Amino acid sequence: MIKQSFIGLAKPRIEYEVLDAEQPEPRLIPASKKVTLLLEKSHIRNDSILFNIGDKVKTGQKLSYSTDPDTYVIASVTGTISSISTFEGDYGKSYTAISIDVDENEEFDHQFAELAANPTLDTARNFLCGMPGSPSFKAFSETDAPIHTIIICGVDRDLLITTNQYAVKTHIKAIKSGIEILKQITGVDNILMAVPRHLMQEAIAGGTQVRVVASEYPATLPHLMMQSLLDQVVPAGKSCEELGVCFLSAEAVAAFGKAFEESRIPVTKILTFVNKNRDKSMISVRIGTPISEILKAYDVTLHAKERLILGGPLTGSAVYSEDYPVQADTDAIIVQDSESVALVSDYPCINCGDCIRICPANIPINMLVRLLEAGHYEEAADQYDLYSCIECGLCSFVCVSKMPVFHYIKLAKYELGRMHAAEAMDA
Amino acid sequence: MHNHENLIVSHAPFCHIGSTISIRNYHTMLAALPAVLFGFFHYGMPAVAVVTLSISSAIIWELLFNKVAKRTTSIGDGNAALIGFLFATLLPASAPWWLVITGTFVAVVIGIHIYGGIGSNPFNPVLLSLAILMLSWKNFFDFNEVLVNYDFGFAMVYPLAAAKHLGTAGVEAFSTAGLLLGKQSGGIGATFGLGLIFGGIYLIARGFIRWEISVSFLAGVFITALLFNISNSELYAGPFFHLFTGYTLIGAFFLAPENSSSPVNFIPMLIYGAAAGIMTVLIRNIGFYVDGVVFALLLMNLVNPICDNIRPKALGKVV
Repeated sequence: MIKQSFIGLAKPRIEYEVLDAEQPEPRLIPASKKVTLLLEKSHIRNDSILFNIGDKVKTGQKLSYSTDPDTYVIASVTGTISSISTFEGDYGKSYTAISIDVDENEEFDHQFAELAANPTLDTARNFLCGMPGSPSFKAFSETDAPIHTIIICGVDRDLLITTNQYAVKTHIKAIKSGIEILKQITGVDNILMAVPRHLMQEAIAGGTQVRVVASEYPATLPHLMMQSLLDQVVPAGKSCEELGVCFLSAEAVAAFGKAFEESRIPVTKILTFVNKNRDKSMISVRIGTPISEILKAYDVTLHAKERLILGGPLTGSAVYSEDYPVQADTDAIIVQDSESVALVSDYPCINCGDCIRICPANIPINMLVRLLEAGHYEEAADQYDLYSCIECGLCSFVCVSKMPVFHYIKLAKYELGRMHAAEAMDA
Repeated sequence: MHNHENLIVSHAPFCHIGSTISIRNYHTMLAALPAVLFGFFHYGMPAVAVVTLSISSAIIWELLFNKVAKRTTSIGDGNAALIGFLFATLLPASAPWWLVITGTFVAVVIGIHIYGGIGSNPFNPVLLSLAILMLSWKNFFDFNEVLVNYDFGFAMVYPLAAAKHLGTAGVEAFSTAGLLLGKQSGGIGATFGLGLIFGGIYLIARGFIRWEISVSFLAGVFITALLFNISNSELYAGPFFHLFTGYTLIGAFFLAPENSSSPVNFIPMLIYGAAAGIMTVLIRNIGFYVDGVVFALLLMNLVNPICDNIRPKALGKVV
C-alpha cells in the first residue's frame, strides 16, 4: 500500500484519498434475499423482545429490543424475520443479530412519516440513529455537558475512503437542509463543516462555516480536528462530547436532511469498495446486506489467508466471514490478497524511535509498549500516557519490529475499562 | 454465520511501511564497508581474517545462546553479524584469533543476550566488549606496538598517542587531508575518515540512524577540542585532528546511535551526543586513556534512561 521512500530522514507523509473530480454514480448492489441487522444489545434468551421470528416488517420500521427507546434498529427491507441470535463483535461487544428474508414487494413504514412534518430532537433520537453514517443524538440530551458546537466531517477518517467526500460533492443540498433542521431541533448555532481543500467550493453551498482540514493522515481524527479547528486540546481520557463538541459525518447529515424532506428513513449506505488489485469504486447498498453480495457483484472470490476489512487500512477491523453485514458505519470494504497482507511479529522493541517521531500525540511509545507487553496496564496509564492515544494506528504502521503496538494499546484500554467497571460494581 | 474460507483476522493497521530490522542491519554494514575495504587494502589478509572471524564467531555465539536458552533462532535479523562487523572495525589488524572470539562472546552474550536479546541491552555491546578487552589485555590495543611491522609510507605512530605524549608538536606530521584519506594507523575500519563520513551520511539519509546523535556528538568533540586548543595550543591538538582520529567518526555514525542504548527524544538525543563528545575530548586531553570514545559512550549509555525522560508533553496530558 504505502511504502517507505528511499530517503527515510523525514517522517513519511501519508496523504488521504482525494475524490475524483468526475465521480461516476455509485454502483448499485442489487438487493439480496436475506439481510442481517445488528442491534447493539446482547440477546438474552429469556428476554421478551418486542419482535419475534415470523413477524412481517416493512422498510423503515423500527425494531425495538425493549421499551428503552435507544436500543433499536431500523429495518432496511420489507420481509419476514427468520432468525434472532446473538452475535459477538470485537472487544466483547455483543449484538442481537436479526435476519430478515426479503419480500419482493417493498412497503414503507409510516410511523416516522407521521412525525417528520414537525422535526424534534426526540424524533431524531427515536428513529434516525441507524441511518447511514450512524449519527448519535444522545449527546444532545446530556444536561451536564451541553453540546455547543457541531462539526460536520466532510473528510474521511481513514485512508482510501471517499465516502464523506462523496456526500459533500453530490448531496450538498440535503446537507444544507440537514444543517437547518439540526439547528432548529438542537438549538446549536455553531455548526462547522470540515472539508479537504479541493471540496471548499462545494461545501460553501452548505450554508455554514467551512474549515479546511490538512490532507495528511491523521489530521481528520476528531481529537486533532478539535485542535486544528477549535484550538482546543481534549484532556487525556475525555471525549469530545464531554467538551461540548459533537462530530457528525457529512453522510449522516445528508441522510438526516433527506429523511425529513422525503418523510422516509434512508436505508441505503454509500461506501468505498477496494478490490484486491486496489481498484476503488463507490457502491450503494442496503444496510444489512451481507458482504458476499458485494463480492459477487464484483466477481471476487475469497481464498484462504486473504483479508476482508471493514473500514480503513489503518483503523478498520478485519472480519472472519463474508456473511458479515454492511452496517450503518461501514465506510469502506477492503479486500486484501494474501501477498499484501502485512503480518505482525513477536520481535521486541529495538528502541529505534520511529514511532516516537510519527506519533501525533507525543506518547513515549518505546516505554509504553514495554509495559503493555508485560501487562502492566495501570502503570502504563499513570506514567506513559496511555490515555493520550488518539488511535490512529501509525505506531504499528512504522514499527520496524512489526510489533502490534496499536493492538496492545486498544487491549490495555479495554482491560482497564473492564477493571474499572468491576471496581465500580464492587464499591 | 459460517466460514467459507479461513480469512486472516487481525487487528488494525492492515498495512506496513515495509521497514525491517534486517534491512536496517545489513545497510548499516554496507555503510561501514568502504572504510573496512580500505582497511583490507592496507593491512591485507590479516585484516580480512579478523573481520570474517569476528562476524562468523558473533553469529555462532548468538546461535549457541539461542539453543542453550531455548529461544527462537534470531541470527537471521543480522544483528549478530553487525555486532561482529563493527567489533572487527575497531580492532587492530594484528589481533589474535582468541581475542576476536572472546570479544564477540562478550559482545553478543554478555552485551545483549543475557539482558533478553535485541533491544534490551543497556550498553552498546561492541563498546562494552571493547572496554572489557582493553582493560584485560591492554597491550593488544596499543596500536604503536601491535602495528610496528607495517609500513605504508606515512607516520605509523598512533596519532592520539602522539598527541597525548608529545602535544601539538607530535601531530604536525598529520595533515587533515591525510587523516581523512586514511593516512594514519588505527583500527581496521576506523581510519578512513572520508569513507566513514559517506557511510554516515548514507545512514542518516536513509533514516537508519538518528542524525541528532551523530551531529551533536561531532559538535561536542569539535567545540571542546577547540576550547582546549585555544587555551593552550602547544599542549592540545586542534579540533580537526580530534574529529578525524581514533574512533571519533566510527563512534559518531556507527556506535553512538546504537538503538537500544541511546535516547529517542529530540532534546535527550542532543544531550547524549554532546555530552559523549565533550567527555571524549576530556578523556583524551586530561584523562588517562589515549582514546576516550569507548568510555565516554559507555558512560552516556548509563545516563540514557534518565536522560530520555525529558520528553514533550503528551496530547491532552493533565498534570
